[in-house]
Amino acid sequence: MPGQSSVEWIDIVVILLYLTATVYLGWIAYRGTKSGADFLLGGRNAHPIIMALSYGATFISTAAIVGFGGVAGLFGMSLLWLTVMNVGIGIFIAFTVLGEPTRRIGHHLGAHTFPELLGLRYQSKGIQLFAGGLIFLFIPLYAAAVLTGGAVFAAAQFGIEFEVALLVFAVITAAYVIPGGIKAVMYTDALQGAIMIFGMAVLVIFTFTVLGGITEANQSLTDMADMVPASLQAIGHQGWTSMPAFGWGSTTYDMWWTVVTAIILGVGIGVLAQPQLVVRFMTVRSRRELDRAVPIGAVFILLMTGVPFTVGSLSNAWFAQHGTPLHGQVIEILNEDKDRALVELMRPTPQGGWETVISATTGQPASAPLQIAERQIATDANGEVFELVSGRAPAIVYARGEPDKIIPTYITEALPRWFGVLFFMTLLSAGMSTLSSQFHTMGTSAGRDLYERLSGKPSGSQPSLLVMRLAIVLGLIVAVTISYNIREDYVIARFTAIFFGLCAASFLPAYVAGLFFRRVTRTAALASMFVGAITSLFWLAFIKAREAGAIGLVQRFTDGKTSLLADYPNWPSVDPVLVALPLSALTLILVTAVTRPPETSHLDRCFPERAKR
Amino acid sequence: MFGIDDPWVLLAYLGCFVMTAVSLVYGLIRRNAAPDELTVEDRVWALEEKRIEDER
Repeated sequence: MPGQSSVEWIDIVVILLYLTATVYLGWIAYRGTKSGADFLLGGRNAHPIIMALSYGATFISTAAIVGFGGVAGLFGMSLLWLTVMNVGIGIFIAFTVLGEPTRRIGHHLGAHTFPELLGLRYQSKGIQLFAGGLIFLFIPLYAAAVLTGGAVFAAAQFGIEFEVALLVFAVITAAYVIPGGIKAVMYTDALQGAIMIFGMAVLVIFTFTVLGGITEANQSLTDMADMVPASLQAIGHQGWTSMPAFGWGSTTYDMWWTVVTAIILGVGIGVLAQPQLVVRFMTVRSRRELDRAVPIGAVFILLMTGVPFTVGSLSNAWFAQHGTPLHGQVIEILNEDKDRALVELMRPTPQGGWETVISATTGQPASAPLQIAERQIATDANGEVFELVSGRAPAIVYARGEPDKIIPTYITEALPRWFGVLFFMTLLSAGMSTLSSQFHTMGTSAGRDLYERLSGKPSGSQPSLLVMRLAIVLGLIVAVTISYNIREDYVIARFTAIFFGLCAASFLPAYVAGLFFRRVTRTAALASMFVGAITSLFWLAFIKAREAGAIGLVQRFTDGKTSLLADYPNWPSVDPVLVALPLSALTLILVTAVTRPPETSHLDRCFPERAKR
Repeated sequence: MFGIDDPWVLLAYLGCFVMTAVSLVYGLIRRNAAPDELTVEDRVWALEEKRIEDER
C-alpha cells in the first residue's frame, strides 16, 4: 500500500532468496571458475551476452538509478542527453573504438589493472603509481554515492532510519567484497543485470500506463512548466520537458551549465576512462565478442539510464495528479486558468485549526506550487477565518526538498509494495555489482599498483594480499563515513560526476593516445595526467561553488564567498572537466612535441601489428 | 511530438533510440566480421589473470 513503510517478513524472505541466489551463483562460478579469464580461455557462445550484462551491471549503479533519476525529477528530461552519451559513447564508442586496442595492448604487455596498462605502455613506474594513487584516493567518493543511493531507498521503502539502512548496506557490501566476492565473477554480474532489466521494464510500463500513455504522460509534464519552483526558475529551469535557459553572464543560465557540463559531459565522457570498466575489455576473447556485445550493452544502458531519467521526470506529473493532497493558503496565483498557485503550506492543529508548516532546512514558512483541487473556509491558530486550499505539488515537494529521495518516494507512494521490494532487489543488484568492482579496483590499486611497485615484492605475495584487503576495508570505512556525513542536495549524482570528471581529465588523453599514437612520450603522459588531476582538484576546491563551498577553503580567503569567481556569473557552475580535460590534452600534445620519441623496440612490443608492416 | 515541445529534448528522446538502433544494426552487421582466434599471448595473459584472481 502506498505510504506504508515497515519491514515485513515477505521482504526479508525475498531479500534472503536473492542473496542466497547470488552467493550460490558465486559459489558455482568459483568452483566452475567462470571468471572473465575462464571465459576468455574456454567460453564461446554465451560470452558476449554475459560480458555485456556484466559490463553494464558494473557501469550502472544505485547512483545512476536513484541519484541521477532524482536529478531528472528535479531538472527534467534534459538529462536524456546523458542517456544518448551513455549509449553512444559509453557503449558504442567504448566497445568499437577503444575495446579492441585496449585488449590487444593489455595482452601484448601483460597488464592486469588500468594503472598497470598505462605504466607498461609508457614504461613508467611513476605513471602507474600516480594513477593507482589517484584511484585509491578518490574511488571511495564514488563508492559513497552508490552506498547512499541504496541506503536512501532502503530507508524510504522499509521505513527505517537512513543511518540504519546505510549500516545494513555496508555490512552486506563488506560480506560480499571482503571474503572473496571481489573476484570478477561474471555469472553473478549477469544475474544482477537480468534483475535490473526486469525491474526497469516494470517501472517504465507502470509509469506510462498510470499516466495514460507516452504522449499523454509527456504532455501533462509539459503543461506543468508554470509549477517549477521559483528557486529553480531563477537559475534557468523552463519546465521538465525543456532544456534549461542557455546563455553566459547571468545566474539565470546556471542550471544549463550545471546540467550540461557536470552531468551530461562529465559523466558521459568520464565513462571512457573508468578504471573498473577499462579492465573489462582485457578479459574479452576477441574483437568478435566485443562487436557482439554492443547491441546487448546498448539496450541494457538504454533501459538503465533512460528509464530512471524518464520516470524521475514523470514523477512530477504523477505527484501533481495522484500525490497526497497538501493544504495551505495562497500567496500568489501562478496560472488562473489551470488553478495553480504558490501556497504557504499549513497543517491541522490538535485544536482543530490550521498552522503554518516551518521548513526544517530554511527555518522559514514552507511554500510550494500547487495544482489546486479544493477550496474551503477554515480558521487559523488565532481563530481567524481564511480560505484553505488543497492540492498537489511537483515531486521535489514530496521528497522534502531532497532530490535523492524523489525516486524512493515515487516508488513507495506510487507503486505496489511488492514492486518496492523488487526494486530494492534491482538496486541491491546494481549496487553490489558496481561496489564489488569499485572495491576490487581499490584493492588492486593499493596492492598491485602501489605496494608491489614501491616495495618490489612479487605479484601475489602475502604482504601484497594483506595490503589489498586492508585497502578494501579502509576504503569501505571511508566510503561509509562520507555517505554518513554528507547528504546535502543531489550528492549522489555530484559525487559520481566528480569521480567520472576526475578520471576523464586525468587519464583519458594519456589512455586514448597510448592506444593509437606511437609518438606520445612518457613525460607527456605523466604531465598530462598531472595537469588534468591538479586542474580538476583546484577547480573543485576553489571555483565550483557547490563543492568549493562545502570544502570551505575559499571562504577563508574571500570573506565568505563560495568561489574565487563568485563575482563572475556561470563560472562557479562550470564543471572542472570542461577546463581540465582540454588542458590535459593540450599538455599531452605540447610536451610530446618537445620530448624525445619512445624507443622503437618498445613500440614494436605495444603495436606488433604495425611493426610487421 | 510525443507531448514534448522543446526540439532539443525531443532530439535527446529520439537520440536515445537512434543510438540504440545504430548499436543493434552494428552488432548484426559485424556479428561474424572480426576473427575469433585465441592467440598464445591471449592464453598466457588469461592464465596469469586467473592466477592473480585465485590468489585473492
